Amino acid sequence: MPATRFWRPELATAYGKKGSEMPQVTLTVNGKQHTVEVEGRTLLVEVLREKLGLTGTHVGCDTSQCGACVVHVNNEAVKSCTMLALQADGTAVTTIEGLAAADGTLHPMQEMFREHHALQCGFCTPGMVMTAIDLVQSHPEGLSEKDIREGLEGNLCRCTGYHNIVKAIAAAHPLMHAKAAE
Amino acid sequence: MGFEGIGAAVKRREDVRFLSGRGNYTDDINRPGQLYAVIKRSDRPHATINAVKADAAAAAPGVVAVYTGADMAKDEIGGLPCGWQIHSKDGSPMAEPPHPVIAVGKVRHVGDPVAVVIATSKQEAKNAAELIDVDYTDLPAVATTLDAMKPGAPEVHDGVAGNMCYDWVIGDKDVVDGVFAKAPKVVKLDLTNNRLIPNAMEPRVALGECDPSSGDYTLWTTSQNPHVIRLLMGAFVLHIPENKLRVVAPDVGGGFGSKIYHYAEEAIVTWAAGKLKKPVKWTADRSESFMSDAHGRDHVSTAEMALDNDGKFLGLRITTIANMGAYLSTFAPCVPTYLYATLLAGVYTTPVIYCNVKAVFTNTVPVDAYRGAGRPEATFLLERLVDVIAHDTGLDRVEIRKKNFIPKDAFPYQTPVALQYDSGDYQTTLAVALKNADWAGFESRRAAAKARGKLRGIGISTYLEACGIAPSAVVGSLGARAGLYEVANIRVHPTGSVTVFTGTHSHGQGHETTLAQLVVDQLGVPLSQVEVVHGDTSKIPFGMGTYGSRSLAVGGSAMVKAMDKIIAKGKKIAAHLMEASVEDIEFKDNTFRVAGTDKTKTLTDISLAAYVPHNYPIEELEPGLDETAFYDPKNFTFPGGCHIAEVEIDPDTGVVEMVNFTAVDDVGRVVNPMIVEGQVQGGVVQGIGQALLENAVYDSGGNLISGSYMDYAMPRANDISNMSVATENTMCTHNPLGSKGCGEVGAIGSPPAVINAVVDALKDYGVRHLDMPATGPKIWSIIQAAKPRMAAE
Repeated sequence: MPATRFWRPELATAYGKKGSEMPQVTLTVNGKQHTVEVEGRTLLVEVLREKLGLTGTHVGCDTSQCGACVVHVNNEAVKSCTMLALQADGTAVTTIEGLAAADGTLHPMQEMFREHHALQCGFCTPGMVMTAIDLVQSHPEGLSEKDIREGLEGNLCRCTGYHNIVKAIAAAHPLMHAKAAE
Repeated sequence: MGFEGIGAAVKRREDVRFLSGRGNYTDDINRPGQLYAVIKRSDRPHATINAVKADAAAAAPGVVAVYTGADMAKDEIGGLPCGWQIHSKDGSPMAEPPHPVIAVGKVRHVGDPVAVVIATSKQEAKNAAELIDVDYTDLPAVATTLDAMKPGAPEVHDGVAGNMCYDWVIGDKDVVDGVFAKAPKVVKLDLTNNRLIPNAMEPRVALGECDPSSGDYTLWTTSQNPHVIRLLMGAFVLHIPENKLRVVAPDVGGGFGSKIYHYAEEAIVTWAAGKLKKPVKWTADRSESFMSDAHGRDHVSTAEMALDNDGKFLGLRITTIANMGAYLSTFAPCVPTYLYATLLAGVYTTPVIYCNVKAVFTNTVPVDAYRGAGRPEATFLLERLVDVIAHDTGLDRVEIRKKNFIPKDAFPYQTPVALQYDSGDYQTTLAVALKNADWAGFESRRAAAKARGKLRGIGISTYLEACGIAPSAVVGSLGARAGLYEVANIRVHPTGSVTVFTGTHSHGQGHETTLAQLVVDQLGVPLSQVEVVHGDTSKIPFGMGTYGSRSLAVGGSAMVKAMDKIIAKGKKIAAHLMEASVEDIEFKDNTFRVAGTDKTKTLTDISLAAYVPHNYPIEELEPGLDETAFYDPKNFTFPGGCHIAEVEIDPDTGVVEMVNFTAVDDVGRVVNPMIVEGQVQGGVVQGIGQALLENAVYDSGGNLISGSYMDYAMPRANDISNMSVATENTMCTHNPLGSKGCGEVGAIGSPPAVINAVVDALKDYGVRHLDMPATGPKIWSIIQAAKPRMAAE
């Protein structure tokens, strides 16, 4: 039950399709459309952090292991360090900055992380929350503790020992699905 | 507003920021005109540098500068300093070879910086670093702790014979040998404490800037102690006076010790920013973290306990070899000495102890303090030894512990290894843990597991640690080149709200919440009107930072002291305003009262008077309500407790499953129980990681084999299961809060509990001891090797 998919061929776009020397990609991030110039090797996380200033998405490793960089691409959790910006052309990306409501009301997952002390240093937190939301969304039938622990396979946390993260996700599940049913 | 003071499980105030992507970590900071540094690192464990050919790199697109160790030497840049000097048993000071910021002449470990490329983008700097051609002559290397002392071993540093940094002792060898000679029984155990890589989730980052008009430097860095970095880098490396150097450690993504030290990259970017008059940023890739962050542990020891026929401990004799790596990191020498050997009494009344520690250089990354630092090594040794004593003598492992516990009426208790414990109640933490873990019911669970084809085991560890580091005069006499007090500035604003400036640093511990709760408690100011500022040398008077579970015990005590001064001054102002004598003024719940009357003034009345001193005792008192205190602890603090691990092993694979973990800790006064629980849970999982998964491995030639998350097994969510965490507290008797510290207990108490459980699960296979990590393949091999013998029986 991998929460993240590393290779999404259907998202890939031909290099330089717009005919300019530096290819451009257009993507909608947290509801706002952006067109940015990228190199072929530019990663999605680099676009988010460096070009769009969305520094909530973090980079914790260089081997796609830690999950600090997880964002949603077309509503699914993706490690943004492992996706080329070109592959994200035409997609809708949600980052940690885009979760709370306009009035600042936290997403139920954010709220449960706070409620259950599921974060300490906060560095893995954005990726952890984005993974957790995808995990809950894709399992309306419910999640056992074991399911949650296995679902977090792609995310490392060094501070919490995961105990409270697991509790927060379990607590968010009914809240998110109740909200979805509204 | 509910209860927000000491003891309240207040939700963390930093969380909304972190949960909505508004944290401000060092790599999130970008300065106008910023350049990017990429370090060219040695890929050789040990080699002579014949030449660094950097012309192609210097000419590459975007490159602004390429610097080598020779360039730093030209600017008379000093080496990285070591903050602690140990003396060997013969009185000679430890070998302290130079630690160049960028290697000069030789490289001594994979990852040693050889050059730095500075370019207009990180990608260009990376590309150019690839073009640097370093001409090396390889030298023989030594990587493992035991190999370092072998005759003929390659020498890591010229003139450091036998790679010996120091040969240190504590205790009287003749006395201890005498006890052993007469003892009815001696139990001996050889063991290793595996080398670990701390792996805070945020890789290290450093961003240097120099204002060309003023010559003022700023360094943003991922540090647990910005003032210490300012002191070490300013005074010893770059020779920048402290008034010209600001060090900022903003939000920091975990530390666990690895972000205490002054690292080369901090000096490189600050120095380069001064030369280029542009900001220079370096961000570590995780691969660089593996080969440049200080590693932890790495001891090889022999332990012997002398005991009488009833299992009473008579004496302990230990030899340990500790790996320092290639250079001395900032606090490395004190870890296997004063943070290790002084803990060898543990919770027991062992009357005489002798320990010899030999610290050796190897061609590996420097080793320094990692969560627990020395105390996990002492605890693992002691708690494994106690279980082996039970194994060898047939005595019960719980009874043998109880029999040797320091009784709760024996405090203050002077150990034979320098420390004097102030408080504790080991029988109680043991009893509660046994109950919480249902120790009594274990054999039925073992039988049930056996029926399912699983090997179930239970293990216990009754541990003690010394933290709240540390009395300055004491550590000074032991070789520390710094004082270890803490500093707090409490600023009551004109309208009665409060800002706390603390010299401690929060990198996950939740100080913005916990420290504010102290103000709620002492000054009666609501939490919403208290702000905590940390991590900036331009704002905070001074500070020694956060490590050794010291923030509350030492930093919190400094706050109490500063608030005492606020109250004392407030009483004088209140006495003036209410025309009473100072002695008659009481302060409670934000209110100054003339004792026995209904005449009162709130703290806000007083602060307003202090800042608008129209009706004010201006002849006797300065205006303002702003006090600073330096608190130097009187002693270490001594948390302790009992950890119990329960595991199941699949005999077909050898894989260990953690099925239950119970911790009952004594951490003194708890300010925020939610945060304490979280600290213990996190520490326990790091300890489980050490026991079952993590291992920093070098091949015999000095190459780091476990150099990424593909090869270094970090604990993941599904490697552990539920755990029960509780506290049974006795108060620290020598600081005003009674707090002992909770940051390290989890990582200290848990590894031996886990290994004791694994050994217990394997007891039918004739296992007496097992070194960490207890991986599936290791256990599978043990089971396979025992099969023929078991079949024959």
